[in-house]
Amino acid sequence: MGWFLRFLTSSVGQKFIQGFTGFFLISFLLVHLAGNLQLLNPNVEVAKESFNKYSEFMSTSMIIRILEIGLVLGFFFHILVGTVLYFRNRATRPIAYGDRRPSKNSSWSSRAMMLTGSLIFVFVVIHLINFFVKARFQGETDMYTLVKAAFTDPLLSSFYIFAMIILGFHLNHGFQSAFQTFGLLGKKYEKFIKGFGTTFAIVISLAFAIIPVFFLIGLGGK
Amino acid sequence: MNFNLKIWRQKNSSTPGKFVDYSVKDIAEDTSFLEMLDILNEELIAKNEEPVAFDHDCREGICGMCSLHISGEPHGPKRKVTACQLFMRSFKDGESITVEPWRAEPFPVIKDCIVDRSAFDRIIQAGGFVSASTGSAPDGNAIPIPKKDADLAMDAASCIGCGACVAACKNSSAMLFVAAKVSHLAHLPQGKVERKERVLNMVAQMDKEGFGSCSNTYACEAECPKGISVAHIGFLNKEYLKASLS
Repeated sequence: MGWFLRFLTSSVGQKFIQGFTGFFLISFLLVHLAGNLQLLNPNVEVAKESFNKYSEFMSTSMIIRILEIGLVLGFFFHILVGTVLYFRNRATRPIAYGDRRPSKNSSWSSRAMMLTGSLIFVFVVIHLINFFVKARFQGETDMYTLVKAAFTDPLLSSFYIFAMIILGFHLNHGFQSAFQTFGLLGKKYEKFIKGFGTTFAIVISLAFAIIPVFFLIGLGGK
Repeated sequence: MNFNLKIWRQKNSSTPGKFVDYSVKDIAEDTSFLEMLDILNEELIAKNEEPVAFDHDCREGICGMCSLHISGEPHGPKRKVTACQLFMRSFKDGESITVEPWRAEPFPVIKDCIVDRSAFDRIIQAGGFVSASTGSAPDGNAIPIPKKDADLAMDAASCIGCGACVAACKNSSAMLFVAAKVSHLAHLPQGKVERKERVLNMVAQMDKEGFGSCSNTYACEAECPKGISVAHIGFLNKEYLKASLS
């Protein structure tokens, strides 16, 4: 057990935790997106029926209950390790530079992971209160109508769209960064993985952001 | 050329420092950055003032002694050069230039712009070596090494240990330095014997010295005067995982 603890508490091991949990959360995003895209069916009746059925499955299925524990743990360790590292890393420079120009040597998304991560955390909490809590604990069955009501509110929709743009920045760095951490960003694939990561981040954030836009412009019916 | 300089002055490690403004005049554009500081120091000495203390040695860009954070970047705005190989023609006439030491907890300021980089020495002592019998020099071709490995090892070995990676990193991480040393020796047959202990001990020492962890911003690679690739950090990670598991 000694070697395992030493690995996990080392600076290299903690990068592995971040990369591993990050990939796990990305896989969750894909599943979540696939489910949500049912909302975009232009036939409102069909969309309503299929989405409500899916929501019922998600809030009652035993399999989902078990996977949910893994998801909570994934979030927990990603946030915990990220926060611990952030504060420890900050402490390594007690006297700040008088003149520092970080934009000359690194990208904004790579430097702002704590900021974008924190905003995503705030979003996730609000998002859970808006939908998850109602379906899972308050017995709400017509999730389609609930989603429609939420996203026809311009303020809430704008917040969701903003959060998805932030998510895009987080993924843009996170995706290729995980490959680099695992030592898989070799010369041969470097360009491909970085390009794929950026494309992936844009596609995922746009695909999620389309949903509030869809309802906001009235495509989900009156 | 004329320049306005804002230089970090600090009496010793226990006294807080501050920026002091100086101006230098009629500097030739082919003057190196360190020569420009020499000119300033001669003027200060003539005025009976304390000259600015800064690290330097070979002034050929190969020793890794210079450690100045210039205009917001380690070794200044030019890529792949040390401060001694930075020339004043890289700046605009009349420009204001900030000069300060590397800022990192494991690199405490000794005086003005000089920092103590012994932390790097201790990381090397923890494993950045090969144990070999001494004696007469062995034949150069006695141990065959594939060209690809030799090239990788040579690229990593070009690290001069200046600390620009730490200075550039928002986390003051020494990962590029440690990765270069680990990668250099792991790619060579002579380094295989202590391969496992080396990576475990060097990473442990790096953490113990108080360097931060890597967030893959790649600022280190951009600022490294020798252009050492962050691919070595990926290699270090794999090497550490393998050593931990075996």
